[in-house]
Amino acid sequence: MAKANSDSGADDGNDDNDGDGVQIDLISSERMADLASMEKIRTILDGVHDGNIVILEEGLSPDEESRLIEVTMAEIDPDEFTGIEIETYPRPDSGGGFLSRIMGNENTAKLTVIGPADRIQTLHKDETLISALITRR
Amino acid sequence: MGLLTGLRESLTKLFSGGPTQRRIGIYGPPNAGKTTLANRISRDWTGDAVGPESHIPHETRRARRKENVEIKRNGKSVNIDVVDTPGVTTKVDYTEFMDHDMEKDDAVRRSREATEGVAEAMHWLREDIDGVIYVLDSADDPFTQVNTMLIGIIESRDIPVLIFANKTDLEDASIKRIENAFPQHETVPLSALHGENMDEVYDKIAEYFG
Repeated sequence: MAKANSDSGADDGNDDNDGDGVQIDLISSERMADLASMEKIRTILDGVHDGNIVILEEGLSPDEESRLIEVTMAEIDPDEFTGIEIETYPRPDSGGGFLSRIMGNENTAKLTVIGPADRIQTLHKDETLISALITRR
Repeated sequence: MGLLTGLRESLTKLFSGGPTQRRIGIYGPPNAGKTTLANRISRDWTGDAVGPESHIPHETRRARRKENVEIKRNGKSVNIDVVDTPGVTTKVDYTEFMDHDMEKDDAVRRSREATEGVAEAMHWLREDIDGVIYVLDSADDPFTQVNTMLIGIIESRDIPVLIFANKTDLEDASIKRIENAFPQHETVPLSALHGENMDEVYDKIAEYFG
């Protein structure tokens, strides 16, 4: 059994997860746009800690990706949490360069899939397709 | 090199009266040969090594710095601090260390140190690095999420980066595959272990980070 939350239901967390399925949280760009960087990272990692697969309509910025790796490392617990698997399409070249980035015009729109490292395995990835195997615990 | 970075460098040189000492971070996934390269550079120009090398992933679990490495090329000298960093990953599973004949306690301790080291490497990248040598194993698939993310993070910081296609001595090595993965950056082939193509390596370091 698989269950997909709309963005409005992501706060429900894992309460209804009966252990037979895999919960998938699809988080809209509108929902993430209102969050500070650390709130975004917390939203992602809280979901992943619950065993959920988190799919972001729009990806993180490079700085947020850097902090996501750093926070993930701090939370790895040898017998509980081995980290995350993350997959995105390659970042499109906005062509705007550094000035475009500091003006806030950086294009980060790219679907991103994040899950517990022990539950998600990437089977294939190219510029237009991500194929992943998701397993139960 | 970006406009603001270049301006900052010019102003620094103007007011300090000399070239800036640059911190060059050696980044890449685990087991790409980062420490072997750091040792090769350090031994060639200072006579000392940076740290121990190993085939076991995450042998380097703390960023190590070798200061004042002076590289002389074409009548000019370039002064850099070489920062050898732990291999970056998004996951660390201690059971993988047990595959290398390690007891559980040792494997757990190593995994904890590895996670701290990766976090430290990311912090260095955001705060303290002036240029990056990104090392890849030429025999491995470069199209990984960690590589894509790290190159994106480096580009977003507008710091100069060189891609080093290491381990060209391996039978399955493919430099073309790495060039195709990151066509926006210059790729330099080498074997740090055997010291192959180091002249070009030093030419490019002087050109990009001098």
